[in-house]
Formats: sequence, structure tokens, C-alpha cells
Amino acid sequence: MDLSAINPIVLIASLMVASTPILLAAIGELVVEKSGVLNLGVEGMMITGAICGFAMAVETGSPALGFIGAALGGAALSLIFAFLTQVLLSNQVATGLALTLFGLGFSALIGQSYIGVKPPTSATLILGLDAMVFVGIGIIAVTWWVLKYTRVGLILRAVGENHDAAHALGYKVVLIRTAAIAFGGACAGLGGAYLSLIRVPQWTEGMTSGAGWIALAIVVFASWKPWRVLLGAYLFGGITVLQLNLQAAGVKIPVEYLSMSPYLITIIVLVIMSADRTRTALNAPAMLGRSFHASN
Amino acid sequence: MQLKTILTTATMALGLATAALADGHEKTKVGFVYVGPVGDFGWSYEHNEGRLAVMEEFGDSVETTFVESVPEGADAERVLTQMALSGHDLIFTTSFGYMDATMNVAAKFPDVKFEHATGYKRADNVSTYGARFYEGRAVIGHIAGKMTETNKVGYIASYPIPEVIRGINSAYLHAQKVNPDVEFNVVWVYSWFDPAKEADAAKALIEQGADVIMQHTDSTAPMTIAEEAGIVAFGQASDMKNFGPNAQLTAIIDNWAPYYIDRVRAVKDGTWSSMDTWDGIAPGMVELAPISDKVPADVKAEAEAMAAAIAAGDYHPFTGPINKQDGSAWLAEGEVADDGTLAGMNFYIEGVQGEIPN
Repeated sequence: MDLSAINPIVLIASLMVASTPILLAAIGELVVEKSGVLNLGVEGMMITGAICGFAMAVETGSPALGFIGAALGGAALSLIFAFLTQVLLSNQVATGLALTLFGLGFSALIGQSYIGVKPPTSATLILGLDAMVFVGIGIIAVTWWVLKYTRVGLILRAVGENHDAAHALGYKVVLIRTAAIAFGGACAGLGGAYLSLIRVPQWTEGMTSGAGWIALAIVVFASWKPWRVLLGAYLFGGITVLQLNLQAAGVKIPVEYLSMSPYLITIIVLVIMSADRTRTALNAPAMLGRSFHASN
Repeated sequence: MQLKTILTTATMALGLATAALADGHEKTKVGFVYVGPVGDFGWSYEHNEGRLAVMEEFGDSVETTFVESVPEGADAERVLTQMALSGHDLIFTTSFGYMDATMNVAAKFPDVKFEHATGYKRADNVSTYGARFYEGRAVIGHIAGKMTETNKVGYIASYPIPEVIRGINSAYLHAQKVNPDVEFNVVWVYSWFDPAKEADAAKALIEQGADVIMQHTDSTAPMTIAEEAGIVAFGQASDMKNFGPNAQLTAIIDNWAPYYIDRVRAVKDGTWSSMDTWDGIAPGMVELAPISDKVPADVKAEAEAMAAAIAAGDYHPFTGPINKQDGSAWLAEGEVADDGTLAGMNFYIEGVQGEIPN
């Protein structure tokens, strides 16, 4: 065992890198759910963002344009979901799952010619961290501020809490929800591109391998509060990286405990936070997953 | 007259239908179940290459189907049942974790033949097949021992199953033979395919001083990270040179095509029977990618000589004296490991650090 081999600063940097994809996807989904929509297609939007961003970055040679492309790609895919659920009033759970399947297949199709291609390297700011890590934290801060202190945030929350009342007040429920869904898609796309452009960096089919589902879990974990998304993502990502480092250092803790620790600790925190049942129930948007039609 | 025309047409239609039916029945339907996506450019990719070779060999007389990214567990059983119900004659289940699912479904469909990769449970309609990857691991272990300067080799492992443990032992044994100070840092990621986690594991190992990376997972992510960090690595299951043009020293390549063609032919001929196949370098089931120029000529020659000796049957990678991790004797001087012990290998050999997870 050689714990001195673990450099704490490097460890924190890799923690932030490992957490950023789920952080981005989760904050996007938080906004979507705050508007009363449950989009289970995060995984599909992430992987679509991963390939759109990768393709854009390779074609233009600019990672920044790549991320913009990823956000657009993710948002475009989420608009399919918005059209189906908001206009055609399809079931949100089924549509979300279908979106994931579609995203996985579609990304594999357009990714065919990008296998084995090297993406342009992103510039690092400090400690080997790139700008996107801080963009992610910035998005959390802005989301928190908008939801809490602005009129836009108030309207979004109103739509999520009671769409009939919001409609009666004259707010365009469908439009607002569509905008929220597009924002969620863009964030998921950014998260996916962070995987394919920085964390791995390469394009492989199915490379998100479940990150979208973890992002969905983190939204619940965070009880729909933006800063807790940051906490949840860092906790999950951090423990994942920490346990890999402890394994590499040969720490005498059975590997099975180390491997299960991210899930175990997430569950423990979830249990502690949901101990007060009334408060947890209050936090979930009341209209979550319910379709809205003006005739109701 | 009109009636006759109708009758003729009907008869012709019936005839066509019967012909189509007969044709459909003659077509051998072969299914493949993959644990990762076909585009992983590692393990599942090579199995799919084998499937494509089957199609090329038999043309229209076979029909192949595949399902990718099937989780090991209950989902696998559902997929296999679906395949068996949809008229497949032969089904290849290409991951260790499909073992129980394969056995369960095979018991329900005695007329369907199953081939399970890297497992050890067989039945009248279940064969097992695997490759002696440890032969390739011996060669790359030798190269790793010679190439490492920090004496730390990072090893990204998937699940603690005999297949993976055998690989660690074989690689370590041959690295340590040429470099007594070498140390293997093993990280278990508990996944066959998770590029992000494999990349994180590679980074953690490199940060802690590893300058050679070996992997027993299916994605090309560790190779990409090695390339980025400017160190060297070995490809797994496929030639991963595209992902690490400078990093890849060589790769263990799985070539399933000849075996798959043989087995499909056996089903067509009606000669298929349950058996266990475990082939290595000699018949070409395990291949090594061209060794990189980064490897000094003498090391390259030694590695190639070792591969040739293994192929010729002159050298077995597990030849005694070898002790187990706890220091107890396993193989005496000159003794060669038997296949039974190798197939169920659940212990580290002397010198490997750490414990095998349960």
C-alpha cells in the first residue's frame, strides 16, 4: 500500500472531470422536471451530443464549436420528444425510453466514419482542467439564480406545480415546457460531448454506458435543488475516481466494497435526505410526468 | 376454363409457397449475442467479424442475426428465449456471464444448439469454446517486463473470473521473469464495456506511476488515454492501433472466424455435437498484432520466438516451478499446468500483489 502515490490535487481534478458529464446532464433534466416533464431520454440525448460534438470538433478543429454542435444536437433530439409529448400528448415515460433507444442507434449510425479518429485537444486552464468543468458549475449557478430569483423561474415552477392554474393565468404551458425540454437536451448534449471530447477522448458506440440514468437518479437525489445536483454529481463521480485510485494504490480494502461504494453512499445519502417524507414530497414538482391539454 | 386458370394459379401459388417454405427451412439460422456494441473495436467487434465471415462463407444458405449490448443476467435469458423461439438453429452466446442463461434456455429448447464462449458448463445441446488468451498474455507480459522503466504495470481488469485471473498470472509471470522488480497494479472496474470508467482507471494508474497499461476490458478507451499520456499499452481482443498509433506495442487479437465457420458447417451437415474447444496461438484463434518498432529488436525477437515456441507446443506458459501467492507450491520444476486447473483458476501466483475479489 502506498497512499503517498495519490496526489490529492490531481485526485480532485480528476474527480471534477469524472463528474462533469453527469453534472451537465442532471442540471438539464432538473429544469425539465421543474417544468413538470419527465424525460427519460437523457442517455439518448447524451450519446447524440457525444457524436454531434465529436463530429463538429473534428470537422472544424475547434472543441468549442464541438460543444456548441453537441448542445444543438442534444436539443434537436429533445425537440422530437417535445413534439410527441407536448403536441401529440404521448406518454412521457414510453416516449423518453424510446428516445434513448433512438439516440443510441442514431448516434451509432452517424458515428460510423468517426471511429478511431482523434479529436482536437482542448486547452486546459488550471490543474489540467478545461473550461467546460467551470461552464458546468456556471450553469448550475445560473439555473439556481433563475429558478429562485427571476420571473422566468417563477413561471417555470408554476407550470411544473400546476399547469392548469398557469394556463388560466395566460402562460403558454406547452411553449414553456418545450423550451425547458430543449434546454435539458442541450445540457445532456454538452455532457455527452464532454465524454467524447475530453474525458475519454474518442468516439465509441454506446460510450455513455448508463451515465444518463445516473444523471436521472441524481436529480431525485438532489431533490430538485440545483446546488445539490453539484453535490450529488461530485459525490458519485468523486467516490468512483477515489475507489479506482485506492485500487491502483493497492489499499487493503476488499475491492468489492470499493466498487460498490459510489452506489452505496448515494443510497445512504438518499435515505438520510428522504427521512423527512413530507419535505421530500413537497420538493417534487406536482405535475411531474402529467400531460397537459388546454381542454382539460 | 376460367376455373382451370384459377386452379392453376392457385396450384402455382401453393407450389411457390412450398418452395419458399422449404427454402426457408433449409436456410440455417444462426444467432449471436454480444455483451457490448459491435463497434467497441474490441471483444464484440471480433465476434461480429466472425459472424461476417460465416455469411461470406455460406452466402444465402445461412441467415445470421445478432443482438448487441445485452446485459449479463436476466435480460440475456429473455433475448436467448426470443432467439430460440424465432427459429434459430445455432446460437452463439459470446460472454462468460451468459453461462447460466444459456444453460437455462438450452434446457427448454433441446432442438436448438448453443455455443457458449469462455464458459465451463455443457449439455447435449450446449458446447463451450474459448481461446487460450494466456498464451498471448505471456508474450505481452515478456514485452511489458522489458519495456517498463518505472517497474509499474497498470492492469485494468473486468470481473474476477478465471479467464481474467489467468491473464494476470500469465502476464505477471513472464514480466517478472525478465524483470524481477516489476509490480502489477490491478484495478477492477466491474464492467466489460464502460469507456469512461476504463479511461478513469487508466488515468488513475498512470498518475500513480504506471508506464505500461494492459487491459482486459473491451473498449479502446485505455489505449486512447495511454496515447494521450505518451506511454505504451497493449491492445485487447482487436488490433487497436488506430486508437494508439504510438502507444500500442502489440495486441492480442481474437480470431473466431474459422471456429464459427466450422460449427455452422457442422450444423448444416448434421454432425454437430456438444464439445469443448480451447484453442490458442497454434491454430490461429489467438493472434498477435505486429510488434511496434518502439520495442527493441532483441526484445521483439524474443517475443516472437516465445510465440513460435508456444505455437509449436515446445513451451507452455505455465511451466513450473510456480508457487501460489501464499507461497505454497503449485507446479514443480518442469511440471505443466493441466487444463482443468487453468480453466478454473481462482488464485494469484507468487509475487502478484493484492487479493482477488470474491
